[in-house]
Amino acid sequence: MATVSKHDVVLVDAGGSNIGSLRYALHRLGIEASLSADPGRIRAATHVILPGVGAAAPGMRRLHDAGLIDVVCGLTQPVLGVCLGMQLLFERSEEGDTPCLGVIPGVVQGFPQSNNLRIPHMGWNALRIERDSALFSDVEAESYVYFVHSYMTPSAEHTLASTDHGGRFAALIQHNNFYGMQFHPERSGSTGARLLQNFLAL
Amino acid sequence: MLTRRIIPCLDVKDGKVVKGVRFRDHVVVGDIVEFAQKYRDAGADELVFYDISASPEGRPVEHAWIEAIARIIDIPFCVAGGIRGVEDARAALHAGADKISVNSPALERPELIDELAGAFGVQCVVVGIDSLRDADGEWRVRQYTGDPEKTRALPRRTLDWIVEAQQRGAGEIVLNCMGSDGVRSGYDIEQLGAVRAVCNVPLIASGGAGTLKHFRDVFRFADVDGALAASVFHSSEVTIPGLKKFLAANAIPVRP
Repeated sequence: MATVSKHDVVLVDAGGSNIGSLRYALHRLGIEASLSADPGRIRAATHVILPGVGAAAPGMRRLHDAGLIDVVCGLTQPVLGVCLGMQLLFERSEEGDTPCLGVIPGVVQGFPQSNNLRIPHMGWNALRIERDSALFSDVEAESYVYFVHSYMTPSAEHTLASTDHGGRFAALIQHNNFYGMQFHPERSGSTGARLLQNFLAL
Repeated sequence: MLTRRIIPCLDVKDGKVVKGVRFRDHVVVGDIVEFAQKYRDAGADELVFYDISASPEGRPVEHAWIEAIARIIDIPFCVAGGIRGVEDARAALHAGADKISVNSPALERPELIDELAGAFGVQCVVVGIDSLRDADGEWRVRQYTGDPEKTRALPRRTLDWIVEAQQRGAGEIVLNCMGSDGVRSGYDIEQLGAVRAVCNVPLIASGGAGTLKHFRDVFRFADVDGALAASVFHSSEVTIPGLKKFLAANAIPVRP
């Protein structure tokens, strides 16, 4: 853990709800992450994590009210959006027709309507690795991670790993320095811990 | 493929894990954090902590143990008991819970479900329902089941409440079939199947697990998304690794 503990990780604290569990997950990896809504503090971090639970519009409004839209968009270090935090990285969400940060091309949409497709997509589902990435170091193919979400983006060119639920959607994405995990790495057992550790090693 | 979930439920009273038969005569069986760790290591997909004395005593679930669990556990967990409003729920989520479950307070004031879904999103909001078949053959909901002296039978039909709860923003339903709870004679497949037919969000079966086949049958015949059990896991009569092996051999998709 010595190599990662030098890192300065900031969890963007715009008033979301799952910050505690992400912070504890990092603590289990030997990292004391800071919670901050301060632009200078966020810009100075080596790694930035954008958490988020809830709906897109309130999530964007919290970032806006905290004056963090331009701050997040302008970051050049590795940035990880988790769950709603990942969805906010895209251009737009159909959830409440919400303009988002736009640092990753694509639109967040609802799952296809189908009689036996349960929404929210809630539970453990397998990752299908689509593109090689340092994030997958020591992660086995078809590893299971925990999802809870009602909106998604279809698998596309920025997808590193996809998952099936009524079709293939993006579970893990990367575009430039921006990464996103649609699942909850902090609640995905040892696979989730490994993925977080690999992100911090970027 | 989305796997079916195995969910140990820990009934909590005064900060300890307890068990009882048909919701009565609770005895302490262990420490919350130790139980949580043990089930995580055994391969549980999720945990539910149910503060059985909170709602009858009119107080929210305690936060100290939620935080203690969140620090050590890397699988999702839900807390239930006495959450009566958005601020109670916010405190539980901030302490590290992934989901909050409401039961009796939602029956008192159904708008609670709308408020929670609006504040945190439907994916955080579980509606727990205690249900029992009445003499006329209808399944109806029960309230304040944590304390037998305060338990009330309501005129509300279970199936109607399932539909309303979803319309209001329930992201998951946990149906506890009280007629089979604690007696280990199998899940109430008939009732769960009827509920499944009107339930489009994830449905978790609760009450009656005693053997491996009970789990297989509730997935196979009631098509539930998860199966919750307490005493059969606490006593190790069913172990989670053994259960998952059995389900996989019976073509039920589970996380290895």
